[in-house]
Amino acid sequence: MRVVIDADLCQGQGRCFSIAPSVFGFDELGNGVVLTSGELGESDLELARLAEANCPEHAVGVVE
Amino acid sequence: MTIEKTPVRDFATDFDHTDPAWVADPYPIWEELRERCPVAHTERYGGAWFPATHAGVTQIAKDTENFTSRTVIMNDGRPDELALPSPIGVAPPITSDPPFHQIARKLILPAFSPGAINPLEPQVRALCRSLLERGSGHDVVEASWDYARLIPPSVIRQMLGFPEADTDVFIDIVHTVTESVDLPMDERIAAFEPIEEYFVRQIEDHQANPRDDLTTFLLNAEIDGQKLAVEHVFGTMILILVAGIDTTWSAIGSSLWHLAQNPSDLERLVNEPDLMPVAIEEFLRFYAPVTMARLVKHDMEYLGVPMKEYDWILLGFPAANRDPAAFVDADRFIIDRAENRHVAFGLGIHRCAGSNLARLELRVALEEFIARYPRFSLADPDQVTWSQGQIRGPRRLPIRVG
Repeated sequence: MRVVIDADLCQGQGRCFSIAPSVFGFDELGNGVVLTSGELGESDLELARLAEANCPEHAVGVVE
Repeated sequence: MTIEKTPVRDFATDFDHTDPAWVADPYPIWEELRERCPVAHTERYGGAWFPATHAGVTQIAKDTENFTSRTVIMNDGRPDELALPSPIGVAPPITSDPPFHQIARKLILPAFSPGAINPLEPQVRALCRSLLERGSGHDVVEASWDYARLIPPSVIRQMLGFPEADTDVFIDIVHTVTESVDLPMDERIAAFEPIEEYFVRQIEDHQANPRDDLTTFLLNAEIDGQKLAVEHVFGTMILILVAGIDTTWSAIGSSLWHLAQNPSDLERLVNEPDLMPVAIEEFLRFYAPVTMARLVKHDMEYLGVPMKEYDWILLGFPAANRDPAAFVDADRFIIDRAENRHVAFGLGIHRCAGSNLARLELRVALEEFIARYPRFSLADPDQVTWSQGQIRGPRRLPIRVG
């Protein structure tokens, strides 16, 4: 499992990098960026799923 | 000046967000509208619509083809007669539409990104502590007027690089602006004169003595190799005041109002400080302070209702946050709500640019208040007053701390 942020949908709401700072960071505009390119560990995966469930723009996805 | 208005009998066909019933407690009204309409209408303000559902609010917030943001405060002035400057609008980027919007927004986002805002935490904390110190020795403190109200303008003054000695003057000016947004246009223009004079003096001072602050940044900023128009710099400074002050004041005040009446939630925050970031999001959902407005661009059938060109849309993010179709137990405040896609900061391209700053101020203001007063309650519920207009929060909030 890995995480993606749809840059077209992201508006910098800031929920992902607050909830899962080990998985998401932010760019100079404050938009979310994915920090890890590989497979997520169990605890990071749980946080990433929580970030997905809290993104008001539905920009965060956890995918196969 | 207060304009005498006819009381509202039916919010579905004649709503008014300044009606005393809406000001006092809008939530039952919105619940009723969600079931009955769900898009309410009024002939007031020259014609306006209020979508009461999360789905309706979302659709309009993201639709810049059919709605314009040229003005975001619903008022009695007819939008087609306002002659608002295009494409900048009076307060870019909130009053800008695409494609100019994106250019104006990208200019200011770096100044409000987490990277720029997070370092402000120590000074926000010091400010909160010094304000709380003033209440020392009192059994009752005024948590809105003497605490929440004073936090955002001090931070904004500092970001803009205005002299610390001007703090009180600045707060006065800010109030004139924020309180004038609901006035008729000619009175608004008159109310803006003192701030215009103050800003011009500050801009001249920054031109003569550039320094590392937001004002200098705006003065040096360029679009396509051209410095910003003076109206653009001025408009963005006005936006930062109007959008950054009584919004956060309201959020802090509402959260303290809640905690003063819900000792079990207060106790959890005192005992579990790590819960604060999650609690902040629930405060923002449940007591979202900000309602925005849009204008309909052209006649159309939309969300099942016949909208006319220049009708207002009152875009109720706080109502969307209470829609049971979007939130489990929407009408319950759940301090550890794990899944919370609230829309307190709006949705789409106009997402509140200051959201990182707002969250920082809200969190630190609550942390410091609770650290000082681990137990507190409402001193007198009858003395609590609420703001009227598109920003909702307590304006007087006497809290018993001793």
